Amino acid sequence: MFPELNNLLNTTPDRAEQGKLTLLCDANTDGSFLVHHFLSFYLKANCKVCFVALIQSFSHYNIVGQKLGVSLTVARECGQLVFLEGLKSSVDVFFRAQAEPHPLQFLREANAENLQPLYEFVREALKPVDDGEAAWRCPVLLVDDLSVLLSLGMGAVAVLDFIHYCRATVCWERKGNIVALVHDSGDTEDEENNILLNGLSHQSHLILRAEGLATGFCRDVHGQLRILWRTPSQPTTQRDQSLTYQYKIQDKSVSFFAKGMSPAVL
Amino acid sequence: MAAVATCGTGAGSTGSVVAAGSKNHVTSFQRRGPRASGSDSSYSRLVSIAGTRPSVRNGQLLVSTGLPALDQLLGGGLAVGTVLLIEEDKYNIYSSLLFKYFLAEGIINGHTLLVASAKEDPADILQELPAPLLDDNFKKDFDEEACNHKTAESNIKMKIAWRYQLLPKMEAGPVSSSRFGHYYDASKKMPQELIEASKWHGFFFPEKSSSTLNIEPCSLTHGYIKLLQFIQNIIYEEGFDGSNPQKKQKNILRIGIQNLGSPLWGDDICCTENGNSHSLTKFLYVLRGLLRTSLSACMITMPTHLIQNKAIISRVTNLSDTVVGLESFIGSERETNPLYKDYHGLIHIRQIPRLNNLIYDVSDVKDLAFKLKRKLFTIERLHLPPDLSDTVSRSSKQDLAEPSKLLGPGCGVMAGGKKHLDF
Repeated sequence: MFPELNNLLNTTPDRAEQGKLTLLCDANTDGSFLVHHFLSFYLKANCKVCFVALIQSFSHYNIVGQKLGVSLTVARECGQLVFLEGLKSSVDVFFRAQAEPHPLQFLREANAENLQPLYEFVREALKPVDDGEAAWRCPVLLVDDLSVLLSLGMGAVAVLDFIHYCRATVCWERKGNIVALVHDSGDTEDEENNILLNGLSHQSHLILRAEGLATGFCRDVHGQLRILWRTPSQPTTQRDQSLTYQYKIQDKSVSFFAKGMSPAVL
Repeated sequence: MAAVATCGTGAGSTGSVVAAGSKNHVTSFQRRGPRASGSDSSYSRLVSIAGTRPSVRNGQLLVSTGLPALDQLLGGGLAVGTVLLIEEDKYNIYSSLLFKYFLAEGIINGHTLLVASAKEDPADILQELPAPLLDDNFKKDFDEEACNHKTAESNIKMKIAWRYQLLPKMEAGPVSSSRFGHYYDASKKMPQELIEASKWHGFFFPEKSSSTLNIEPCSLTHGYIKLLQFIQNIIYEEGFDGSNPQKKQKNILRIGIQNLGSPLWGDDICCTENGNSHSLTKFLYVLRGLLRTSLSACMITMPTHLIQNKAIISRVTNLSDTVVGLESFIGSERETNPLYKDYHGLIHIRQIPRLNNLIYDVSDVKDLAFKLKRKLFTIERLHLPPDLSDTVSRSSKQDLAEPSKLLGPGCGVMAGGKKHLDF
């Protein structure tokens, strides 16, 4: 996790909030550093994490996690982390017929209706242990990323239904959190993606949007991060709070600064 | 300004010992390096695989794309286990040349090749590969050419134009004793004995399309399913993923797929806007899954300029690791533009992956152009020519200003900019 981002979001691993849906969004740039941040944040906060990693392999997250101070292999072995490696399992699902329903079953089907096997997997993974002692603080579902599900043949409504079911189980029933990454395609007319993004933006409590700079590539400022706090359930008279920062990604951390205040400029 | 780089870019590191993790399945995304604790007995120090070198940034195993200049722009080379997507130029001239360089590099290094095409027979493609340039033959010709240009050796400090000393140098000539990345002569063919000595598998779609499928019908087109099964079969049979107990393979499989997405593969995304929009993306996803779990690297050329539905292009870009776009000037109005008179086209590095890392090697140079000289394919930084006209007329400035507007925001891999700052 990045300490500066924790300061901006006003959280620490000890006082992590519960029952929240956080939406990560990137436009014209790569927002995967946010996924690494939240993964290491919740592992350090002693939460049980179910990570649906559809876009990269386990060792990629592991190596970056080690730079941020968590070990995914240790977390997986002691049961804190349940890792669904999308790329590896997709090969198994696609070439060999599975006996029992696999979370990525929709890869084999021509017209998969919904993501129910994936939801069952998540529900099973974040089931509270029955032996009485509360080993982990709260369950967390992390998805990287949801736009890939659209590329694999699912409709935007099916993905929204999946998130809705997960929210009901994880956020409301078990008082956990969900963090999901969606790509914003910008001006390319990807309607399904826009439906998904708008639908999720209305449901989320916190939106972190990583954008590229409007003026193009810069070596010292890699992008701009917009943080938006929302209260989706209650209509409020006060406006949603929003902050904008610019950031630079380094080898082991990300530094944030106010717009125009990059150390390279000052 | 062409400054000749006289030193090799870390070519000496190919001799270093690379420890490969040989667990149940071989993934190339493990940190390679001498293990200090050495506790696990399955790790064995083995001689580095020919034609690969570890990346200086994260130890990732890299192979050469066949063009050392492109390797430099991609951060050292193409990572094993990843997909390089080439967006074809309009008439598929230079992209097929890059494809052939990739395959020729595989033959020179002794890698196994898998060539898939729906247009040409792979055996014919292999006959057309360019011949490698041996250092001694080439050095004579290169020295002749070098005398024609004003070149500055790197150890002569520039006195007047000293700012140019700081510019990044592009590799323009063959580096002696480079075992990673070779130069090829596009005018000669690869010698027959080298082709015959190499191990290759070909997939020619018109031949394989008649056999039946033994997989449930999913939304992939017939051609893609057959290709995936073929690739998976080769990977398993030859032991590239380490799961076959009989075969212990310590070589790289280079997969080259030509014109993916074109109608010849049975896909209609280039013909209609409401075609089968998930077939290609699903194919890419499963292909990437296959690559990540095996010692292979893949180059795909795709006619993205023909794809009608622009949303598919952005999805395809997100599903690929490295994306390079080629734009040739043939037939466009840029052919006569004085800005581009020395070059044959532009090359856009659209995406570079961040593998095992938060950061990545991105070149500062965003405006790149390529040209195919008599023998070499070179990639250079695009410069605006000096405005030497006596009469500073409005029209000439407008002509030059138009393309420079396109250069201004750059083709950012980190950030795409829309606004052009007019200073």
